Amino acid sequence: MNNLAFGLTMLIVGMGGTLATLFLLTLAIRALAAFFPVRPGEKEDK
Amino acid sequence: MGDAILNALGALFEGVRFLFSHGGPNAIMIAVACVMFWLAIAKGVEPLLLLPIAFGCLLVNLPLSEVMAAGGVLKTLYDFGIGNELFPLLIFVGIGSMTDFTPLLANPKLLLFGAAGQLGIFLTLLLALALGFSKEEAVSVAAIGACDGPTVIFVSNMFAGLGKIPTAMVGALAVAAYSYMALVPVIQPPIMRLLTTRRERAVKMPSPKGKVSKAALIAFPVVVTAITGIIAPQGLPLMGMIMLGNFMKVSGVVPRLANAAENEIANIATLFLGLAIGGTMAGAQFLTRETLMVFGLGLVAITIDTVGGILLGKAWYLLSGGKVNPLVGAAGISAYPMAARLVQNEGQRWNKHNYLLMHAMAANTGGQIGSVMAAAIMLSLLKGLGVI
Repeated sequence: MNNLAFGLTMLIVGMGGTLATLFLLTLAIRALAAFFPVRPGEKEDK
Repeated sequence: MGDAILNALGALFEGVRFLFSHGGPNAIMIAVACVMFWLAIAKGVEPLLLLPIAFGCLLVNLPLSEVMAAGGVLKTLYDFGIGNELFPLLIFVGIGSMTDFTPLLANPKLLLFGAAGQLGIFLTLLLALALGFSKEEAVSVAAIGACDGPTVIFVSNMFAGLGKIPTAMVGALAVAAYSYMALVPVIQPPIMRLLTTRRERAVKMPSPKGKVSKAALIAFPVVVTAITGIIAPQGLPLMGMIMLGNFMKVSGVVPRLANAAENEIANIATLFLGLAIGGTMAGAQFLTRETLMVFGLGLVAITIDTVGGILLGKAWYLLSGGKVNPLVGAAGISAYPMAARLVQNEGQRWNKHNYLLMHAMAANTGGQIGSVMAAAIMLSLLKGLGVI
């Protein structure tokens, strides 16, 4: 694989992969908030 | 007898002879070490790292120094904790323990700024390849865009261990990474002002409304570790260690371990890492055209990171009908919490009633995760492409 093809592959898949994975993490955080809501009386961390 | 005394005296002056005969690069590097001392002591530029790096640089460049020869003290430290990537990972445990992900969990969508803040990594990779760096060198240089010293050392040292990049380049990359992290307050504000309008900078964002339970905070590091392990296993040591540190802290049941990670372990690893990295800065190998290019590309990487974050912020500003302050995007890099504080200061400069800190902290911790995730993904892609 030449340098240009390598660089473009890394740019597209790398940046796209990072964005997609972090988007997946935002969904996971929302799921965590749904599974573990702040209970009445619990000291909130926020 | 007379000859013996003269020979003995000659041995004492061997170093001076070396310095005058072919010690030019060493003399330059000793001057560089003195500049780093000045930056660390007088200017407070990343003193925790810069001071030991500078001292290691001084030690290795004194004439006839054997500190990096087989059995030398810095070579032993290098083999003990850099060659096998242990020290950067130990520092990551400490960083994880020092990081508070609560603002991010309260406002998870801001994690996306942490992705935009990694644009510099991938565009710099392209640029470095265009400038003639090998694939491995280009990836190492691009990692400076992670704004994260341990990540840069971890990635570059992996290639140095495989003989794909010169060991001296690890030192140059580490110094560039830490220098630019310290220079974030100088680099970012002009870019923020250049890319945003007065009106955008003055946008007031309400406090995040989300509440975070302790159980969610405890589960978060485990979930992030699991997702990283599944998607980008090559980067699991990086993410695993940062999340271990955080897990120990938020669990609340091992305060001694969390404190040790945050203090003793991080401090000892920082000292040894700094000295060993300084030891790679021997003049003859360090003073090359590539080193200058590494510094130039590092600046490019961090600039593009900031641009990427702000551009996403501007897009978000438009899509939200002006409810998101684009400055928050600048915090999507890993320089924690410096980048978040900069956003807060810049926001208040244009609107005294603006409190962007919690949003910026969320984006900034997102940047920490994003930088490690980008490195993890990059390593996994390299494995997939057969480069490593």
